[in-house]
Amino acid sequence: MKFSRRHIISMKDFTRDEIDFILDRAIKMEDLLKNGTSDLLKGKILALLFYEPSTRTRMSFEAAMLRLGGNLLNLGSKEASSIAKGETLADTIRVISSYSDAIVLRHPSEGSARLASEFSSVPIINGGDGAGHHPTQTLLDLYTIKRESNLDHLDIAIVGDLKYGRTVHSLAYALSRYGANITLVSPPQLTMPEQIKVDLKTRGAQVSETENLDEIVGDIDVLYMTRIQKERFPDPTEYKKVAGAYKIAPNLLENVRQDMIIMHPLPRVYEIDSSLDNSPHAKYFEQSFYGVPVRMALLTIVLGVEM
Amino acid sequence: MNSEKEMRVRPIRDGTVIDHIMGGQAMNVLKILGIKGTSSAVVSVAMNVSSKTHGSKDIVKIENRELKQKEVDKISLISPNATINIIRNYEVADKHRVELPDIVEGMVKCVNPNCISNTNEPIVSKFLVKKDPIRLRCVYCEHVITENIAELY
Repeated sequence: MKFSRRHIISMKDFTRDEIDFILDRAIKMEDLLKNGTSDLLKGKILALLFYEPSTRTRMSFEAAMLRLGGNLLNLGSKEASSIAKGETLADTIRVISSYSDAIVLRHPSEGSARLASEFSSVPIINGGDGAGHHPTQTLLDLYTIKRESNLDHLDIAIVGDLKYGRTVHSLAYALSRYGANITLVSPPQLTMPEQIKVDLKTRGAQVSETENLDEIVGDIDVLYMTRIQKERFPDPTEYKKVAGAYKIAPNLLENVRQDMIIMHPLPRVYEIDSSLDNSPHAKYFEQSFYGVPVRMALLTIVLGVEM
Repeated sequence: MNSEKEMRVRPIRDGTVIDHIMGGQAMNVLKILGIKGTSSAVVSVAMNVSSKTHGSKDIVKIENRELKQKEVDKISLISPNATINIIRNYEVADKHRVELPDIVEGMVKCVNPNCISNTNEPIVSKFLVKKDPIRLRCVYCEHVITENIAELY
């Protein structure tokens, strides 16, 4: 499989075989983590360019690189860099790609990672581009489903902000490759963009929509919750109307399938009652952890490590 | 005796006739070609003329100017069935259709205000073109445009 030096921009760029290849590599990485660390990426440098705040994505990339014996270059704050002087992303990428072996980019504008790939001499990994894509989150979501449930012909409900939430767009595209039955649950103001729904159906996914989570919670294998993202709303009054529209509390889980799992990309605010954290259904902290082996897998693949 | 169509818009001696423009799009065609009322070119416009094949059509005649293929291909997004006639001494010297390209670069702006192509980056807009009906997909942000394309030039 030709992955070496390839950019990771959007889940749409991947075939199912390629996704499976990455997830299989992640299983090897999880085994490797259990046995300590490795020097598979010794001498390699990963640059982290984060123009927007991040905890999990940035730190799990750092952890992944360090676990593999590699080194990190961090942009630090925007204010302390040339970005504050008005440097274009294209110029920044040209320069940083000459310092490093791969770049992880998070940027507020949609399409920024695609642009970066046109100017970079090393692989660009999209760590989130505005309301666009977040493929490594999707890969770790798929890995969580593979580990904790079953990827094939899955019944999944994706709940919350389906309009602005980039993780759900990427996830829905990827699940369409596994014949998933996807139920989209959101308030009317936050439904999934029409163009994405059309794309999903074209790719063979079964897609239905509802506002009412209670109605369908007994018929799913995975409940994928998302946060209603305040920062994506141009109008604060619109945010207030829908904030807290869905909340998972113990009573919601009375009639769910025994092996149903709850996932969440985190951070959560109100969406999941903390009393559920130790429930066998709750898998969101495992999901967070899986970000490390999945990103280890991806880094070894784009940097050309054969295993 | 002249046909009804010829009486409405008289033949030109030299220049370009753009025929089979989608009905109602003639003014947008002029705008896209950069032909304004302030230029000296003699331009005749017929709008909503009945057409055997497309219901109604517009016709634009530009005197003493031969439009190049690259110029007229610009209008393909709003009028994919248009034909171009280059006229020399009242005769049709050359006739061809506009060609809808698979990709358009630097022609229209992305409608998504948060798209990286709408910033000061050193790139031009780039769209993949799908036909029947025309859909433009931004290569950068993947936003799909299907309506009001003429306003994005």
